[in-house]
Amino acid sequence: MANFAVHAAADSLSNAKPKMNIKNLSFYYGDSKALKDISLPLYEQRVTALIGPSGCGKSTLLRILNRIYELYPGQRAEGEVTLDGENILDPKLDANLLRSKVGMVFQKPTPFPMTIYDNIAFGVRLYMKPSRAEMDEIVESALTRTALWGEVKDRLHTSALGLSGGQQQRLCIARTVAIKPEVVLFDEPTSALDPISTAKIEELIDELKRDFTIVIVTHNMQQAARVADQTAFMYLGDLIEAGPTTGMFSNPKDNRTLDYITGRFG
Amino acid sequence: MIDQGLYQRRKLRNRFHMTMSLLTAVFGMTWLVLILGMLLVKGVGGLSLAVFTEMTPPPGSDGGLLNAIVGSLILTTLGVAIGTPIAILAGTYMAEYGRYSKLTNVVRFINDILLSAPSIVIGLFVYGIMVRPMGNFSGIAGAVALAILVVPVVVRTTEDMLLLVPNQLREAAAALGAPRWTVIRYVSYRAAKTGIITGILLAIARISGETAPLLFTALNNQFWSTNVLAPMPSLPVVIFQFALSPYEDWQRLAWTGALLITVAVLTLSVLARVLVSKEAK
Repeated sequence: MANFAVHAAADSLSNAKPKMNIKNLSFYYGDSKALKDISLPLYEQRVTALIGPSGCGKSTLLRILNRIYELYPGQRAEGEVTLDGENILDPKLDANLLRSKVGMVFQKPTPFPMTIYDNIAFGVRLYMKPSRAEMDEIVESALTRTALWGEVKDRLHTSALGLSGGQQQRLCIARTVAIKPEVVLFDEPTSALDPISTAKIEELIDELKRDFTIVIVTHNMQQAARVADQTAFMYLGDLIEAGPTTGMFSNPKDNRTLDYITGRFG
Repeated sequence: MIDQGLYQRRKLRNRFHMTMSLLTAVFGMTWLVLILGMLLVKGVGGLSLAVFTEMTPPPGSDGGLLNAIVGSLILTTLGVAIGTPIAILAGTYMAEYGRYSKLTNVVRFINDILLSAPSIVIGLFVYGIMVRPMGNFSGIAGAVALAILVVPVVVRTTEDMLLLVPNQLREAAAALGAPRWTVIRYVSYRAAKTGIITGILLAIARISGETAPLLFTALNNQFWSTNVLAPMPSLPVVIFQFALSPYEDWQRLAWTGALLITVAVLTLSVLARVLVSKEAK
C-alpha cells in the first residue's frame, strides 16, 4: 500500500511540466551566503513544499521567486530562475510585472486597511479597468473561490480588519488569485492560524493547484505531507534533497533528512 | 525569616518616592490650572459680540479683535498649506524611499535641530530673505516663517508614523505588483493616516500661538487687511502689543485674545488626543 502511494506520487511528478526552474542559485545577505547553489524544478499544477529547520533558507528561496527581496538593500541573487524559460533575475525584467504572474501569501494575514471589497479591487485595478459590474463579478468569484463569499457577502464594504485571522488569510489568498497569477507562493500561511482555519487553507491549496503552480514554505511536516506533490528539504542554505513527497517521507536518501523528519532536530 | 527592619525601610522608601512624585506632579499641574484660571477670570469679562465683529481700536475707544482673528486664521492656514506638503513628502522620503540611505540620517539630524530652533531666529531669517528684499513687512513672509515651524514637526511625526506601518503590509502590496508610489499612497498612508493628521494638528497648535516669528515678518495692522503682501495683524502680536500698553481697554482685549488662542490650541490638542486614542482601539 505504501509502495503504491510512492509510485503514484512519483508518477504525478513525472507527468508534470516544470513551470519554473531554479538553476545554480546562490543568495547573499551582504557578505553572508544564505543559499548555496540551489537547483530545483517547480511543476505546473503541482504543490512544492520547502521544509527545513529555521534559518535554512526556505523563506529566502521563496522570496527570490517574486523578487520581493529587492525591496531591501544589500541582498543579491546569483544564478538563474526561469519562468516559462525566461530568466526572472534579469534586471531588465520589470519586477512588478513578474509579481503579477507570481503572487505571494504571507505568514501573518496582511489585509490592507480598507474594505473587504477594496482589498481585492486594489490588485485588480493595477492591471485592468473593469466596469463596476465587472469588478463586482471579479470580487465575488475571488471570494467564492476561497470559500469566503458566504461569510462576507453582506459586509463587503466594511473594513477587512474586522475579519477573523483565518478569514483575513483567505481574503489575502482571494486578493492574490483575483489578479490571475500563474504561480502562487505561500510563506508559512497557516502558522498564525488555529487548526480549523489551517484545514480550510490546506483544502484551498489543494483546490487551487488545478490552476496554479504552488510553492509553500512550511514548518509543519504533516502539512507538507498532506498538501505537497514534491517536497524539498533544505538545511543551512543547501538543498539536501527534493523529490516526490511520499518518497521523501517514507524513504529519505540523506541522513539529515531522516533526522529532520523523524524529529531529531529542527 | 523576613528581616522586618529591611522590609519596613523598603516600605518607607516606597512611600517617600510615591509622595514626592505625587507632589511634583501636583506642583506642575498647579501652574497650568492657575494660568487657565487667570485667563478665564480676566478674559471672559471682555468677551462680547464686538470682539468678533469689530476691528482693533485706538486706545480709549470701543473695538474688537476681528482683524487679528482673521489675520491669524489666514497666517496659520497659509503656513500649514505651505509647510505640510513639503513636510509630508520629506517624511515619506525618509520612511519609504530613503529608509536605508545616508541622506535620511543627515536630514533627520538637521530636522531635529530645526525642531528645537528658537522661533525668533526663524523670524529673523525670514526677515532677511523676504522682508528686506521685498521692502516691507507682509502676511506672506509671516506665513513662510510659520511654515518653517510646521515643517520639522510634521516631518518627524510623518516619518515616525510611517515607520510604524508593518513592512509586511508593504510587501503584501508590492507582491501584487503595485509600484512603490501606489503602495505608499494606498497602503502606507492609509495605515498611518490618523498619526499623520495628529502631527498636523499639533503643528497648527504650535504655530497659532507664535509671536516672535511674526514680529519680524507679518508685523501688525490696525485695520482690516486680507492682502498677504501687506502687513497683517494676528492675535499673538496684538496681545503682545496690547498687553504691554498702559491702556486698560487694550489690556482687557489682550486678555480676551489670550483666552481665545488658548481655547483654540486646547481644542486642537484634545482633538489630536482623541484621534490617537481612537486609533489605539
